[in-house]
Amino acid sequence: MSQVIHHDEHYDPEGSKIGMWLFIFTELLLFGGLFIVYSVYRYMNADAFHLAAEELNTTVGALNTVILLISSMTIAMSTTALQKKQKATTIVLLEITFMLALIFLVNKYFEWGVKFDHGIFPGSEFMKAEMSQGEVLFFGLYFVMTGLHALHIVAGLVIMGFALARVQKGTVHADRPSLLENAGLYWHLVDLIWIFLFPLFYLIT
Amino acid sequence: MENEKHHIVPYRLYAVVLLLLLVLTFISIAITDINLGAFTVVGALLLASIKSGLVLVYFMHLKFDKAYIQIMVGMVFILFIAIVLVTFFDYYFR
Repeated sequence: MSQVIHHDEHYDPEGSKIGMWLFIFTELLLFGGLFIVYSVYRYMNADAFHLAAEELNTTVGALNTVILLISSMTIAMSTTALQKKQKATTIVLLEITFMLALIFLVNKYFEWGVKFDHGIFPGSEFMKAEMSQGEVLFFGLYFVMTGLHALHIVAGLVIMGFALARVQKGTVHADRPSLLENAGLYWHLVDLIWIFLFPLFYLIT
Repeated sequence: MENEKHHIVPYRLYAVVLLLLLVLTFISIAITDINLGAFTVVGALLLASIKSGLVLVYFMHLKFDKAYIQIMVGMVFILFIAIVLVTFFDYYFR
């Protein structure tokens, strides 16, 4: 490195990246475990899972899939913009990603709201009275897995907020892009999980 | 600290990947509409796997990463597939 570097500040992009990936591995195995629980219960209650999945709104699910896929692209593009030293574009792309994440959560709110109105929520009397064990299991897994995923969206919003502030302040820039890159990696993980949640809950009916 | 040259992924590549992901999503919605029985599950999961591959390789930058990161990620997926197989063997032969 010929340029002047900040000797007082520690910056290790490769170490950060490894750390981020290790964290992603733990997340993959966390959701992986839940996917195994889902598959085993589905295998044991095939008919009930079919019936219960009919209740889910494929259109809302598909819309949220499209939203997450687009947001994944915009955050990936924001890294490109940062590396090309296009600060304004980086910020706009991050803001778009942030907005898309919010829209995802709003959709989720209405989707769950409809379920609640139909008496479908964990521990509801309606479910205990009207549904078979398999259907209760399906909705239990539905709320736990999409709920845990939604929590990850909220965490993603916080991380994007930090990245946005640091890019604006100029402490994350073309030569120190790690924070933005790792925020991107995290966001893609959230997308990755949804790619499997969507067909398993909404499509395979 | 070595100043490694960062690979800058062009915007266009990301746009192409997004387009592919959207097409695959609509294909998976279309094929699950037709009732193919057991193949519906297999088809939907296969398409989801292709989509996750695209996300991992391009969006998550694995294509441009060093080999040891690629190997680490690959090993986690192998571990997960192994756990799924073992679990299902257990249930299937009970």
